[in-house]
Amino acid sequence: MDFDFTPDEEAFRTEVREFLSENLPPRNERPGSFLREWLEKVRARGWVGFSWPKAVGGSDGDVARQAILKEEMALAGAPPLGTSFMGLAWVGPGIIQYGTEEQKTRFIPDILDSKVTWCTGYSEPNHGSDLAAIQTKAERVGDHYRVNGQKIWTTGAPYADWMILLTRTDFNTEVKHDGITCLLVPMKTPGVEVRPIENMAGDRHFAEVFFTDAEVPIENRLGEEGRGWAVTISALANERSSIGEVTQMSGKLEDLKQLVRESRKQGAPASDDPLVRRQIAEFETKIAAMKYNGLRYLTRQLRGQPLSSETSVNKLLRASLEIEMDDFAVELQGQEGVQLQTQTARWARSSLSWPNVVIGGGTPNIQRNIIGERILGLPKD
Amino acid sequence: MNFGFTEEQEMLRNQVVRFIDDECSIDVIRTFDRDTNQALWKKIAELGWVGLTIPERFGGSGLKWVDLTVVLEETGRGLCPLPLTSNALACASILRSGSIAQQQEWLPKIANGSVIFGFGLYDEPNWIDKDAITLEASDHITGTKTFVSDALLATHVMVGVQTKNGPALSIVDGEAINSIALDVMDRTKPAAQVQFDQVPATNDRFIPLTDADLDYVNSCGAVAVTAEMVGAAEAVLALTSNYAKERIQFGHPIGKYQGVKHRLADMFVDIESFKSLLYYAAWCVDDATGDLSQAASRAKAHASDAFAQIGIDGVGLHGAIGFTAEYDVQLYLKRAKWARTMFGDSDFHYNRVATLGGL
Repeated sequence: MDFDFTPDEEAFRTEVREFLSENLPPRNERPGSFLREWLEKVRARGWVGFSWPKAVGGSDGDVARQAILKEEMALAGAPPLGTSFMGLAWVGPGIIQYGTEEQKTRFIPDILDSKVTWCTGYSEPNHGSDLAAIQTKAERVGDHYRVNGQKIWTTGAPYADWMILLTRTDFNTEVKHDGITCLLVPMKTPGVEVRPIENMAGDRHFAEVFFTDAEVPIENRLGEEGRGWAVTISALANERSSIGEVTQMSGKLEDLKQLVRESRKQGAPASDDPLVRRQIAEFETKIAAMKYNGLRYLTRQLRGQPLSSETSVNKLLRASLEIEMDDFAVELQGQEGVQLQTQTARWARSSLSWPNVVIGGGTPNIQRNIIGERILGLPKD
Repeated sequence: MNFGFTEEQEMLRNQVVRFIDDECSIDVIRTFDRDTNQALWKKIAELGWVGLTIPERFGGSGLKWVDLTVVLEETGRGLCPLPLTSNALACASILRSGSIAQQQEWLPKIANGSVIFGFGLYDEPNWIDKDAITLEASDHITGTKTFVSDALLATHVMVGVQTKNGPALSIVDGEAINSIALDVMDRTKPAAQVQFDQVPATNDRFIPLTDADLDYVNSCGAVAVTAEMVGAAEAVLALTSNYAKERIQFGHPIGKYQGVKHRLADMFVDIESFKSLLYYAAWCVDDATGDLSQAASRAKAHASDAFAQIGIDGVGLHGAIGFTAEYDVQLYLKRAKWARTMFGDSDFHYNRVATLGGL
């Protein structure tokens, strides 16, 4: 057991740190052109799509260097490495694994160069957690698919250029997971209508998306017809290392401790209150557990052992932490905690935004089903 | 980066699993006594587990607490009553704070199995502090040590005392004391009240304890108990998951129902978490002592409460059969209750995490 990286890996960490100290000014000293320049610089370094094959424009970055890159970026509070989170997290990897050569050439460079953003058309009004039951219909008509149906809770749809869309091309299969087909759809396709939905924090990041005789060319199909479920599953499995998230959570915890140091409760410093101290320590302990879980799973990957569904463990831990930490901060501030105009309103705002993290990508109860069935071998329901 | 076990450590684990299956199954532990201990202790001394963390120059295997953790996870899984934790703490204390002469005298005897230690640090039932050690010692010891683990299985005891120079650990021959068994709920963790009546105590029998030494010993104790909790909690999860696959109610195995399935999944999440925290803490004992207090407190705090609930739910999900004496899952519930406060409960350890984290 050791926690050391090899000299080569440490040299890579030094490279990342030096880059960050030269190219990441403090938040309030960043010029308007900063983000565009940042994206160009990290792209030039090969850090966008770092783990992707060199053949498609990635860097073939290994698991250890991926972890180092994510950790250093998160420690420095750096902006994302690209404008399309979903493009980098699963659309790109899905195209690399299932796409034709033509699709790779057509889609991957734009994702790497932050020229397009993607959204993900999975959930439907009647099919969220039960994703494989989707009903949005795609019919083959000549050289295109004609799509009719509705998606909902589509994050990023109001400003995305493209959507990775799950449709049903066969309604008569024995198993619902068959008959699903994955299409890559330009959002400006005639017959695609986006209606933003306001969330409880007042943001309009997600939307309903309606398809009325929308025509999608056959060359935009990802993978085989009827095999779209496999594309979905393997694409989602690409999101694995949680090391960057742990670093973010640690930063949030330090902010929370600072809030405790500055707060009073019952006329005394909050930091003297045994229950406050215990709660902070529980958060810190859970974040440490996420960190060491992540390092154990990383070690398995480094040894070439495939991960099962262990990533659900950290997803569940993070889900409860996100809600509890915000809630604790709001409660600690008493009557000020629920106000949105104060200096510390970030806690109030984020206490209304947790569903982005907690529900997106599978609700906690779905993660529990995954652990119960795939790891503990309990019967499916 | 290598946060996992080596092939040698996995071989050690398999060896312990085989030993538990062959020599110390649940049937054996239900009737475990001093004779069983003597016979089995000889065997595990020959296998090298007793002197695992003792340097080779003193007759041990020269391994680390990470290796010991592998052994304790598996003995914990089997609720094995062999006093490995007491002896590991005696070794850790002698190695850290004992004189060269004390190391030369005691470590080879521990390693070859001829000396077995019982261990008792505090006299107050729920207070982790040097002031919770109240038994006084001068050139003799007279008084009572209230909670000494494994005293009746051991040839010697190592107990916390107050000397004129401050707290110390004292090594005392089993023949010089009177040990009265306590009726502990968890019978796999025997303890005694030990009476001292004018027991002579020479200087060479005292190991001084600075604040940092006591912190180290207590942290090692927390690590050892947590390692046993990891194995024991996994045993509860395995027993209960298997039961949930077989027990049919309303026409289906109960593990199909989310009320059962989700609780079992949450157990898995908790165990993965305190297991990861434990492995890091065990690594700190030898390789990052400066981080040990914080790492041990995180692991013990999380495990104490999580395993307590796992014990309760393990019994509860079995229904009535779970709390019959004949069925094994209840034995783990008792271990959870025993382990919860050993070397500090979650309140103590979380408060320490808060302090060390800058509050």
